[in-house]
Amino acid sequence: MTSDLHAYTTEISGFAGDPIEVYTAIPDGATFGSVAVIHHMPGFDEQTKEIVRKFAAHGYGAAMANLYSREAPGASPDDAAAAARARGGVPDERLVGDVAAVAGFLRSQGGSNGKVGVIGYCSGGRQSVLAACSLDLDAAVDCYGAFVVVDPPSDHPLSTVSALTPILGNLSCPLLGLFGADDQYPSVEQTETLRALLTEHAKEFEFHTFEGAGHAFFAVERPSYRPEVAVAGWNLIWDFFGRHLS
Amino acid sequence: MCTYNTETLELTGSAKGATGWFRATNASVYFDHPVHHPAGHALMIDVLNPERGASARVGLELDADSARALAEAILRTLASVPAQLIEH
Repeated sequence: MTSDLHAYTTEISGFAGDPIEVYTAIPDGATFGSVAVIHHMPGFDEQTKEIVRKFAAHGYGAAMANLYSREAPGASPDDAAAAARARGGVPDERLVGDVAAVAGFLRSQGGSNGKVGVIGYCSGGRQSVLAACSLDLDAAVDCYGAFVVVDPPSDHPLSTVSALTPILGNLSCPLLGLFGADDQYPSVEQTETLRALLTEHAKEFEFHTFEGAGHAFFAVERPSYRPEVAVAGWNLIWDFFGRHLS
Repeated sequence: MCTYNTETLELTGSAKGATGWFRATNASVYFDHPVHHPAGHALMIDVLNPERGASARVGLELDADSARALAEAILRTLASVPAQLIEH
């Protein structure tokens, strides 16, 4: 499925009413489910904007907030990521508020069927689970998010991140997890812990751990890219969102 | 993985970035995914002046061996300088 689409950058009110930059891509002439895309820690970059357009090309409304809008409005993605990092990163509460704003923005689009899923990569994978445990969503995809069931191996005072174990019982929607068998964060042991916790909470989920892949196997511009795994992963995403967002 | 942990420090000096020279006031040091260096992770150094905006930045992405060699070269250089030349 390949749709014509319209992509543009706009501004919406995010957490606490703050103005945040949003990149969105909407398929032409159809009713659609929607996907809130969460960018990775390197920021609101070209590669993640391409992912937003990919969802629209497959018939989904998609939008991504610039999570660093406040720290570095108008800056290049790498400078913005550095500025946000120097200030301690993105607090979880703010992330949830920004994703809620993006979900509302997508639901307000003329062709929306009212359903919204969320997807994130790397740090965004953890944030996708965080959003799905904090907001009423219809589907969530976690692409190799670390620190979902363990805290980061650092007690640095600037670290704003901790495990999501206490809120996993609040997961509001089915979760698709895509992981690499060679990844250490999250390790296979950690994703198995997550599997056990979600089973305990009677949550709907499906996990796929790919042999021959480590972290960031979807990232086409990085040496971690694994073409065959990425293609298989995308097909699982189309199947999953097709079932839950249509 | 994104490591999240970041060392930050204040410093005094100047740096030349994309828009020319600026007074450098802060730095971040971390080991995480690089933007440009073709590796999964790198030792990252940002030299910054937050008051001048996010683009007042010089970024370095180094593999671990290079980062250690650079750090040792800095310390060797400083150790070899006559003490009276070093201003505080």
